[in-house]
Amino acid sequence: MAIRARVALAVLAVLAGAAALPAPAADPSQKGKRAAAAPAAARAASEDGGELIQAQAPPFSEGIFPCTQCHQKPGDPKRRELVFHEEIQQSFHHDSENRWCLDCHSNANRDMLHLSGGALVPFTESYRLCGQCHGDKYRDWRAGVHGKRVGMWNGKKIYLLCVNCHNPHAPRFKPLKPEPAPVRPQEMKP
Amino acid sequence: MTAPGRSKLPVVQPGAQSRRQFLRTAAGGTAAAALGACGIEDLVRSHIHELSKEDLNRIIARLEKKYSETYGKSVTVATNAAMPGVEFGYGLDLSRCIGCRRCVYACVKENNQSRRNPQIQWIRVLEMEKERGVDLVHADPYYQAELVPRPGHFYMPVQCQQCRHPPCTKVCPVKATWSEPDGIVVIDYDWCIGCRCCTAACPYGARKFNWAEPQLPSEEMNPVTHYLGNRPRMRGVVEKCTFCIQRSRVGRYPACVEICPVGARKFGNLLDPKSEIREVMDRKRVFVFKEDLATEPRFYYFYAT
Amino acid sequence: MGFLRFLQGSGKLLIRGNRAYWLWVGALLVAIAIGLAGYAKQYRVGLIATNMRDQITWAFYVGNFTFLVGVAAAAVLLVVPAYVYQWKPLKEVVVLGELLAISALTMCLLFILVDMGRPDRLLHILPIPGIGTPNWPRSLLAWDALVLNLYLAVNLVVAAHVLYKQFQGQPYNKKLFVPLVLLSIPMAVGIHTVTAFLYNGMAARPYWNASILAPRFIASAFCSGPAVLLILFQILRKTTGLEIKDEAFFKIAELMAYAMFFNLFLLGAELFKEYYSSTEHLLYTRYYWQGIGEHKALVPFAWLALGCSVASFLLFLIPATRRNWVTLNIGAVLIWAGVYIEKGMGLVVPGMTPDTLGEIYEYTPTANEWMVALGVFGVGFLVFTVLVKIAVPILQGTFSAASSGPAPGLTR
Repeated sequence: MAIRARVALAVLAVLAGAAALPAPAADPSQKGKRAAAAPAAARAASEDGGELIQAQAPPFSEGIFPCTQCHQKPGDPKRRELVFHEEIQQSFHHDSENRWCLDCHSNANRDMLHLSGGALVPFTESYRLCGQCHGDKYRDWRAGVHGKRVGMWNGKKIYLLCVNCHNPHAPRFKPLKPEPAPVRPQEMKP
Repeated sequence: MTAPGRSKLPVVQPGAQSRRQFLRTAAGGTAAAALGACGIEDLVRSHIHELSKEDLNRIIARLEKKYSETYGKSVTVATNAAMPGVEFGYGLDLSRCIGCRRCVYACVKENNQSRRNPQIQWIRVLEMEKERGVDLVHADPYYQAELVPRPGHFYMPVQCQQCRHPPCTKVCPVKATWSEPDGIVVIDYDWCIGCRCCTAACPYGARKFNWAEPQLPSEEMNPVTHYLGNRPRMRGVVEKCTFCIQRSRVGRYPACVEICPVGARKFGNLLDPKSEIREVMDRKRVFVFKEDLATEPRFYYFYAT
Repeated sequence: MGFLRFLQGSGKLLIRGNRAYWLWVGALLVAIAIGLAGYAKQYRVGLIATNMRDQITWAFYVGNFTFLVGVAAAAVLLVVPAYVYQWKPLKEVVVLGELLAISALTMCLLFILVDMGRPDRLLHILPIPGIGTPNWPRSLLAWDALVLNLYLAVNLVVAAHVLYKQFQGQPYNKKLFVPLVLLSIPMAVGIHTVTAFLYNGMAARPYWNASILAPRFIASAFCSGPAVLLILFQILRKTTGLEIKDEAFFKIAELMAYAMFFNLFLLGAELFKEYYSSTEHLLYTRYYWQGIGEHKALVPFAWLALGCSVASFLLFLIPATRRNWVTLNIGAVLIWAGVYIEKGMGLVVPGMTPDTLGEIYEYTPTANEWMVALGVFGVGFLVFTVLVKIAVPILQGTFSAASSGPAPGLTR
């Protein structure tokens, strides 16, 4: 119940699209709390040949990671209604006709995601998973054409993971309340 | 005590005006300081391009003191020149803008615009109907909604396009506005006479006038300023977007680029083939606003999806 | 010494007048007081006291300025027919025309001053190193500042020279007078063309960005400017015995009719182009003549101006009405009114409605703007009154250094 609220909060935090996100922490002792640090190997080449990108932390709700706290063994791979994580399943809206949890989450190791060929990717590289289906967005994102960056146009930038803006379980951007309209010229008086 | 990037403007050749030579002597310096104290220097100073380094430093110091006293915080006024090898370009993704106006207010906060009477906003977001496409006659900047984007509508923010052939700099009678080498069209607020010829000449409605003394609450004032950018203005002068010159000239993104929640705004160096804006041009089809007027803006609209 | 006498004599001339004179001067002083009160408020709070905003950034003040530049130009253009048709007294016509030009230019400069956001920075336009940086050759406004002041200087020099020389009973220097007068003619066309180009050059405003603008300016200036002189010369004939033939009046009116015809023809050409091609640019013309939606503030004035212009055209064209003093004077007032509307608010406001981003902000002047404009007109007409009050006795020979002052009975 508390977790449901926390998940909702995480979703809200993602959608707020905060401007000044802090740089990723690199403290390994924080690993249990949130897998915030991109590991030192982040800059190594990956199998698809593209350089890995150091990005913001995945927006986990507090205490949910690592998943292997609960999922020590592989589970039933058959698509079914869940008892736990049911709030995610009920609001799941990401090609829900054809996909369910284990199409992205690795059944063998719940601390990882998996690509369609079976290769495992950590949550900090989830963009590789999104990029499988959303190749054009992925390529645009790597070039900086898609999605937001903050920082220096001629130097260090802070990149965001896909999931920092798009809730992977319901990726469509929710509408926002707009800021107020400008004052009309006739309403400005001495 | 010189702030970084101070006094990069070229020094005037010696032996020019006798007034400046007078000012360079000790007596002259005292007199100038006295003049400055009672604000008369404002009336008799030269155009900024004619000022010597010392004159400029003195003016900047006076401005910093004045602003710090007025707003009760430590205000800095930078004078960074353009970075060599840089020409700024801007990209705006019309397929992504949702009309939330966060850019408008981030800009206002960053750039110290007057908040009311007059309310000045450098960015104007136009709501348009998808059925009509880009159609100014039916555009509405005053839309209010519970949530945006509204179904059947799309949004087009407009701000200074930093044209390569700006009509505004052409018509200014006193050279108070000009194009900088990095492409930003700037205004010297202390030189502008407030004739508003530039406002009439701008095809994009980008230039705004201080119809009264600007209302800028001290607690909202951004103390990190640039002489040609976001330093507090006075009544009777024109102002406009400067690509956040106080940020972009030290390598930072403009405030509007950073606040946009959907990443619709792209900014970078047009001369760098690897910059984001060049990537946009390469991957997407960019176009400019009112292209028939041949202003050649450095502001490019595109549709990423 | 002679100059002191001149000043003393002038002072005496100014304070001697009949009731009509004092009522007139009194009214002008009231107008000026109202103007000062209005400007005081505007100076205190800023231009926000007007109804101008970013969407309509030039309006009543600049519209008046534009009209008055035309008057200043036309006053001197009268020299040409005067010379060609050999009106006597030619010199009087020239000098009085120049005095009108001086007064009109004074009003022009005042309207610019009240419209500026920072009039304290006026010096920035002076071409003096260390003081100002005029943007030549690209800025039309910098050119306008130059040519208007030059034209004012030429008129002042010529008028002052001729009048002072006559006051002293000496012949004026033809070598100075003739070239400067000849120069002032293309200058008159020049000042109004530069003002037209100021608008014409703005691609952002399609309503103004029409090649037809400069010819229309000249044509409408020539219709409206001489109207004041028509009325003035009649008054002077009655009150001071200044001799001007009837024929001169009728000829001026006839020329004004032809100028108005050309003006109306150009208007027709503009209307055809807008309505027939029917592009998005039609909106500005439509706003003026028909309104857009419920925004119709200028429509009655558009048709009023047209009515005045056509009526005065007919009155001046038809010999019977042209040669009738009543209808002639009605025509003069109508032509002034028609051109005033069409070239003032009728030019500036529709050019900006809708604005560059398609927004319609309906502008009408505030009470403050009316007050300030009234004050400026008060100053201009007062300057004209003072100049004429001194000049006419000089021209007639009743005010000169030789006599000890103005002769009694001729000081109205």
